[in-house]
Amino acid sequence: MEGWDPNTKSTLTQIPLLTTKAGPRDGPAWTQRLKEEYKSLIAYTQMNKSNDNDWFRISAANPEGTRWTGKCWYVHNLLKYEFDLQFDIPVTYPATAPELELPQLDGKTQKMYRGGKICLTVHFKPLWAKNCPRFGVAHALCLGLAPWLAAEIPILVDSGMIKHKDDAATSAES
Amino acid sequence: MEVELKEMLNDLESLKRSLTDPSHSAPIDKLQLRVERLTSLAKTGPVRRSKVQDMSAEVVDSNPYSRLMALQRMGIVKNYERIREFSVAIVGVGGVGSVAAEMLTRCGIGRLLLYDYDKVELANMNRLFFRPEQSGMTKTDAAVQTLSDINPDVVLESYTLNITTVQGFETFTSSLKDKSFRPNKEGSGVDLVLSCVDNYEARMAVNQACNELNQTWMESGVSEDAVSGHIQLLIPGETACFACAPPLVVASGIDERTLKREGVCAASLPTTMGVVAGLLVQNTLKYLLNFGNVSPYLGYNSLKDFFPTMEMKPNPQCSNFACLERQKEYLLVKPARDAASKAKMEAEASSVTEAPLHLDNEWEISVVDDSEPDRKEAKSSDALPEGLVRELPSADDFQKPPAEAADSTVDDLEELRKQLDALNS
Ligand SMILES: [Zn+2]
Repeated sequence: MEGWDPNTKSTLTQIPLLTTKAGPRDGPAWTQRLKEEYKSLIAYTQMNKSNDNDWFRISAANPEGTRWTGKCWYVHNLLKYEFDLQFDIPVTYPATAPELELPQLDGKTQKMYRGGKICLTVHFKPLWAKNCPRFGVAHALCLGLAPWLAAEIPILVDSGMIKHKDDAATSAES
Repeated sequence: MEVELKEMLNDLESLKRSLTDPSHSAPIDKLQLRVERLTSLAKTGPVRRSKVQDMSAEVVDSNPYSRLMALQRMGIVKNYERIREFSVAIVGVGGVGSVAAEMLTRCGIGRLLLYDYDKVELANMNRLFFRPEQSGMTKTDAAVQTLSDINPDVVLESYTLNITTVQGFETFTSSLKDKSFRPNKEGSGVDLVLSCVDNYEARMAVNQACNELNQTWMESGVSEDAVSGHIQLLIPGETACFACAPPLVVASGIDERTLKREGVCAASLPTTMGVVAGLLVQNTLKYLLNFGNVSPYLGYNSLKDFFPTMEMKPNPQCSNFACLERQKEYLLVKPARDAASKAKMEAEASSVTEAPLHLDNEWEISVVDDSEPDRKEAKSSDALPEGLVRELPSADDFQKPPAEAADSTVDDLEELRKQLDALNS
């Protein structure tokens, strides 16, 4: 796992791995996979909470479990910045990872594709491919979104592209 | 507009006649002149070309197909007019797809199906095809606008959707199956699918659809550093599918570690994209109209002007189930196919002896070699030709762990959903 910081590495190894190779068009096998996704997300969320590093909320937005919505946040200079988070499970999942979207940041950073899809590091896709089908949504969040927020949010805040919600409120009032 | 201007001229004329003092007519004369000038300007405005019933080879400046039909006269293509029977689906109407669509439109392709979920924006203006005033339109609608102006003979269908989502994929496959354009066509409703997308996820979705529909397709791509690209022909069961081995890309020769990625996702150049679109459509025309050699894989390294080629056989251990099904079908019809190609070879050989080549023409000697049908042994996946590399690693082999990795003993979906919700609240 070259190119990853030790923190990400140690967190990743504690997220339960998945075993069923199934995508949303695979019927009962997908239900099995969905159960594994939940188990791994539950374990990851519990782990974050107990490490005082809770940083996202995510839940299935439809009964099929193909669309997920929620929030993620990042603390910079003691201020919390929160964003909507959404993604679809692609038809070729888990061979391809879900493309994580932060729609509120669309157009605010170069490190993003159209529609607010975050631009992952060169290390993400190779690691995902190597670990198919063991990596799931929890791993994508840990390996994709967490490092992205850590790298991009400080830049966006310092450059004034995003404002803290309290700041925005005061400037709107004045 | 012309009608309005003519009315205005009439009005001015009657105004002039109604004047009692002829000394006032000079400014009206001036006005009349201006209107006449406007009228001639209006006449030179945009003309819409009308539809053409049959492709004619007649060389007149009003025939949009004369130079294409000349390919037939020169003996390059046997029957160019067949192009009007073909349907081509273009997935991704970006820097490569839009240019490919324009080329096929100008060639007089029968029908184009366009797929994209994106909108045109000013950041796309470093590429060909879209115009600044189309910003904000969906790429598919903007493309239909321009393409129908260029050639109204082409049947255009536009689909604004994301093929990687369950719903988008469903619409994508059913549109490929629709045979109303040519009901007696065998197989699906399209002759070829061109993948012009810019990401691995969408390529895998095209691969999935084409494997399931047994649909021949071509892949294209431009590297994120904008200096290399490739095209690839994929025939389910016969060639490697996109999931048979990790994707093959052209090595730019740039050390990845020296590539500065801070602050940018991807670069793009109209030149590289134009070259790749040209290679893709050239291969498409050769495939559809049956001339020349259709390239199984052709890379383009713009820094070195190097074009690596190779062939890839399907992987019997491919992770894609539909690919394995197509491989089985292909092997089943192998004896019949071999017999047919042998017969064709013998027929060609005898026709060559009947009409010997002009031996005094040194340029024609090579023709015999080109028609040699025995293909070079396709390279195995690990031995890559110079200049090509794998973009991603293969999945590690892994044994299912004996015990469930997650320590939770609950195995009911609803119960698990509730557990996560409880944590989320
Ligand atoms: Zn395959």
